[in-house]
Amino acid sequence: MNLLAFQGAIEQGLMYGLVALGLFVSYRILNVADLTVDGSFTLGAAVSVMMAFNGHPWLGILLAVLAGMCAGIVTGLLQTKLRVQPILAGILTMTALYSINIWVMDGKPNVNLIGKDTIYTPFKTFFDAMGWRSPAGKGWEDLVVSFLFTSLAVVLVVLFLKTQIGFAVRATGDNENMVRSSSINSDVTKLIGLAIANGSVGLAGAVLAQSQRFADASMGIGMVVIGLASLIIGEVILGHGGVLRGALAMIVGSILYRIIIAFVLARNVAASDLKLLSAVIVAVAISYPVLKEKIMLMRQKRKLTKGGDDRA
Amino acid sequence: MLEIRNISKTFYPKTVNERVAIRDLSLSLPEGDFVTVIGGNGAGKSTLFNLIAGSLMVDSGQILLDGQDITYLPEYKRAFKIGRLFQDPLKGTAPSMTIEENLSLAYLRGRSRGLSWGLSKKNEAFFKEILSTLDLGLENRLKSKVGLLSGGQRQAITLLMATIATPKLLLLDEHTAALDPGTADKVLNLTKRIVAENKITTIMITHNITSALECGNRTIMMEDGNIILDLAGEERKNKTVEDILTLFREKSKKEFDNDRMILG
Repeated sequence: MNLLAFQGAIEQGLMYGLVALGLFVSYRILNVADLTVDGSFTLGAAVSVMMAFNGHPWLGILLAVLAGMCAGIVTGLLQTKLRVQPILAGILTMTALYSINIWVMDGKPNVNLIGKDTIYTPFKTFFDAMGWRSPAGKGWEDLVVSFLFTSLAVVLVVLFLKTQIGFAVRATGDNENMVRSSSINSDVTKLIGLAIANGSVGLAGAVLAQSQRFADASMGIGMVVIGLASLIIGEVILGHGGVLRGALAMIVGSILYRIIIAFVLARNVAASDLKLLSAVIVAVAISYPVLKEKIMLMRQKRKLTKGGDDRA
Repeated sequence: MLEIRNISKTFYPKTVNERVAIRDLSLSLPEGDFVTVIGGNGAGKSTLFNLIAGSLMVDSGQILLDGQDITYLPEYKRAFKIGRLFQDPLKGTAPSMTIEENLSLAYLRGRSRGLSWGLSKKNEAFFKEILSTLDLGLENRLKSKVGLLSGGQRQAITLLMATIATPKLLLLDEHTAALDPGTADKVLNLTKRIVAENKITTIMITHNITSALECGNRTIMMEDGNIILDLAGEERKNKTVEDILTLFREKSKKEFDNDRMILG
């Protein structure tokens, strides 16, 4: 892997880290497998690109976050008020979003920003004027902007989870019974959690789409699995700890995931095989404790049976 | 304080599985009463608690608490005034959060929650103080995750959580039944002390007739979805476990076959 690919991996890791951060809130904190993510990522991208296309790149980022939050709230309402199973609720919103995302993009399946200003433009202009370039020969703007947004999101999510409402959200995923008996409406805390999760995912789509100057209706396919893969890698490296450590693990996991991907791509693996790779990583990692237990049991059994033979 | 008027609850109505769980039950609790509830399995004790707490809604009748009609109030709103403990010690705490965080969460019961910090220095000192009254050494483990504690420790914390913001009504559903005898004693004594100190109106379900007679000032016996015996004052003071069992046989007109009753 060359330096250019390495820098790209870190930039992408920071951007996709926001997806993992969203899943940290929904999957880890709320304990809900939220499949809205595939749709809310694209929604964030579509909103941000359309706004940038019309000359408002920064407003586009803000609206993308809000749009992502709305998508999360829809899933939440389906889950809580209408009692749709959590996984199905996410699938329904994600499917509906496919149509909505194409509306947002003016009926087109993709939109590009060639020749338009993005949030990266002022940074690029500044760095070019200063003559600053990275050792990889690439501009710094993607790295700087994605770092700023990702750190801001991590700080906000971590601070929120330490507030009174944040506590209530955390307890909801832990013990819903206890939450209700502490006079907290657990329907509301779920809505809040899903809104924050998908707001973060929407931000990921928004930041990424402006950086690649392109949004596509199918860019979110498999995003849940990619996010989960990053989440798991991050937790393997940093372990389970407090909220801050958990949130940082998401970003670290996402960067490592992108480095792994860049490494694999450099080995001439087709880009279309990456989804298979991600799915395998997630399946193996989630089933790892079960597999480990089975192997241990088998070893123990073999050992004990052997011992029995000796005595016989 | 608590006024229950002619409530009924039927599960699976109009099906072959139809079962009347609570049958036209009325109960009135003056402020400060500590009532113990005994009765066989399926008598409707836990259903009664679910109806009072709002986990289930009544089919008919009315429930008033502290002068307010709570019959159709959702569970979380009733929790403003009701604290509740279950038999399962795992039900009352959030395992992946610390002791301090759990207590902070419970401390805000009945108050609005905002974006101020969940933990504060001022509360920390207070939590340490009340944890030390448990005499379990937990006051030095504020930052430990509750999931790492034993069942007895968790139940003791749940008791603190249910009473830290003094509730109008405390519902205890066999809250010591899953604990070993020593721990059960400790938690029960703690319960008595907290209830007495804060003069909380309390209802406690128990299968231990001895503690049913020892705790509180009134004992009711349930059978088939209704109250079949209501003992208080002198009448209650002179009753022994044997008396209660005899009364139970007479009242329920059937052999006493409940193997969960502990004759103690």
